[in-house]
Amino acid sequence: MNTKGIVIAGVGGQGSLLASKLLGRVLVNEGYDIKVSEVHGMSQRGGSVITYVRYGDKVYSPVVQSGEADYIISFERIEAARYAHLLKKGGVIITNTQRIDPMPVITGAAEYPEQILEELTAKGVQIEAMDALTLAEEAGSSKAVNIVLMGQLAKHFHIEYDKWIEALEQTVKPRFVELNKKAFKLGYEFSA
Amino acid sequence: MKELMIGNAAVARGLYEAGVQVISSYPGTPSTEITEFAATYDEIYCEWAPNEKVAMETAFGASLRGVRTACAMKHVGLNVAADPLFTLSYTGVTGGLVVCVADDPGMHSSQNEQDSRHYAIGAKVPMLEPADSAECKEFAKLAFEISETFDTPCLLRMCTRIAHAQSVVELEDRVVPECPAYEKNPAKYIMAPANAIKRHPVVEERTRKLTEYAETASVNRLEIGGTQIGIITSGACYQYVKEVFGDAVSILKLGMVNPLPVQKIKAFAQMVNKLYVVEELDGIIETHCKNIGVNVIGKELFTPLGEYSQKSIAAAFGLPAKETVTADTPVPMRPPVMCSGCPHRGMFYVLSKNKITVLGDIGCYTLGSAAPLCALDSTLCMGASISGLHGYNKASKGGTENQSVAVIGDSTFMHSGMTGLANIAYNGSNSTVIILDNSITGMTGHQQNPTTGYNIKGDPATKIDLEALCHALGINRVRVVDPYNLDECEKAVKEELAVAEPSVIISRRPCVLLKYVKPKKPVVVDKDKCRSCKRCMKLGCPSVHIDADGKAGIDNTLCVGCGVCEQLCPFDAIHDGE
Repeated sequence: MNTKGIVIAGVGGQGSLLASKLLGRVLVNEGYDIKVSEVHGMSQRGGSVITYVRYGDKVYSPVVQSGEADYIISFERIEAARYAHLLKKGGVIITNTQRIDPMPVITGAAEYPEQILEELTAKGVQIEAMDALTLAEEAGSSKAVNIVLMGQLAKHFHIEYDKWIEALEQTVKPRFVELNKKAFKLGYEFSA
Repeated sequence: MKELMIGNAAVARGLYEAGVQVISSYPGTPSTEITEFAATYDEIYCEWAPNEKVAMETAFGASLRGVRTACAMKHVGLNVAADPLFTLSYTGVTGGLVVCVADDPGMHSSQNEQDSRHYAIGAKVPMLEPADSAECKEFAKLAFEISETFDTPCLLRMCTRIAHAQSVVELEDRVVPECPAYEKNPAKYIMAPANAIKRHPVVEERTRKLTEYAETASVNRLEIGGTQIGIITSGACYQYVKEVFGDAVSILKLGMVNPLPVQKIKAFAQMVNKLYVVEELDGIIETHCKNIGVNVIGKELFTPLGEYSQKSIAAAFGLPAKETVTADTPVPMRPPVMCSGCPHRGMFYVLSKNKITVLGDIGCYTLGSAAPLCALDSTLCMGASISGLHGYNKASKGGTENQSVAVIGDSTFMHSGMTGLANIAYNGSNSTVIILDNSITGMTGHQQNPTTGYNIKGDPATKIDLEALCHALGINRVRVVDPYNLDECEKAVKEELAVAEPSVIISRRPCVLLKYVKPKKPVVVDKDKCRSCKRCMKLGCPSVHIDADGKAGIDNTLCVGCGVCEQLCPFDAIHDGE
């Protein structure tokens, strides 16, 4: 099997590390070779954060580059657009529709591109947009946006639902398992 | 058992399996998790030292006593620890000593992108460079064998894409070598000139033997893939090269990057028509090749700047780029910012408002340089705020003393701010130093330090009293303010700048991300009172924005109710949400 690439894009503090941990766990359990590349440190302080996941029979590079991503999971609307160039032809963007203004927008130095997802759709990019924040709150915490989106991603995989739940149980702290299972289910059942 | 581990966790596992007994480190991205993960093994004594020099010297002492030991740091941390390193090269070791050092090409979280291989060459010590997590573990163990066999400290070089990339690791058991009885050995360990002069030839002979070892070492691996193109590479670059070419080219993968083999490289050069060196940052392997008369293509094709990838290497070889789609509308930058409720913000607002020259330091508070606060004038290295301010004020013959300050975090002050403060007292500049005490080492992800009262395991430890310490360093005027109280901060800054003696202001409030800090309810905007003056926007708080109606708005998912914006509002339009 050729190496597949997944990009998780978000804003520092949104929990992209947990999302990549879950994805890593389920893919290891399935027996794939896998590499996950994260960036810690300064960018985590409210900056744009990106995590790469690559899996297949044998994975070399830990980073996903232009035109190599099968999926982009975006925790915020314009982060999906920021990394759209990473998507390969026929790839899918799964994005939260939540808007989080970056500092240049807050200060008025830049404008928030409201219509950017529509623009990408017009260019033929397949986008599954969802209000993951509301679903996360429904599950019990606004912090579960990451797991809601992973639920939506899971629909694209030929991996049984129970295997995802098993990986989830192995990944999150016991007292958060129920909340995250609920968030995952809401994400899984959502139709974009 | 197989585990998915980041490189740093795999190094920690390697240290554990190698029977390491003592680890002392200072946190620094991307090296921090080595020590954090090591601390989860109860069999290893782990600690956060005040700085990298102390850490390496602690490791030296442990080695002298005969146990396997390690220290970990980021690339610039090795600058701080360079002093012990260069003479440790002369003394050699008793118990194996491994120095883990993590470079940051691309500067994800660093102030420069120096190449730590220069230290291996300069100090004349061996250096290994793993290319994935499995090798991180394997090489960490091998580093101890090399250290003990060749009587030398051994460097283990990481980079961000190895340290923070997860891949699969096979776990093995811990084996602890026997600790020999302590024997006094002045000729080896007292590096006074008469002894040191006899150790230098030992170092040179050791390099000769290590070069011999490099010729046959299994970590310097040949992968045959035809005779057209040969590529010499190491570490993360090896993965990018494999990604681009697979088995279509021949590769000499160097696991040991100092000293470099001679015959092995010459033989490889003979095998192939065209020989390339692919290495991030400086052309060190390339220079070695040219020195031994091997012609290679290197930095004329591959940049010394930033991080490589399969994309950049394919492009350098002239291969076509992959098809992509982008939006035409520009996406605004999303730079990192100080968090909502960050205790640094209030103090920076006061400094910015009063147009004070601020010599900054290394930590979360470097973010005070960003718009709209634009509060910093310089950031150089750990501790440079205080010593820099002293020089700045001396240069103006006192003319700037009432309009300039240094800002430094609690951990950075313990790391290398103390000596600068002693210099201010001793050599008499009327400087004002602000210690931004958020009770944790913040930027690297919450590590304890000597001022927090806890050790690396979270157990209670001696808490160094910053006020008493500043007094002891010769500063008479030391006062504490709450950075959530803007009036108090402004009063303190104005008063301390005005007095004719050096002073320290401790701006004290714990980091808002600490678990024990409970957020208050978000503040509330009274839309009727808000007159759209945008004063609250001057804080650069990610929770505060202007709504579509032109009035202030609060992001309830982010706001922790710190109340700093409340104090700024001239129309009393922002209220406590409690």
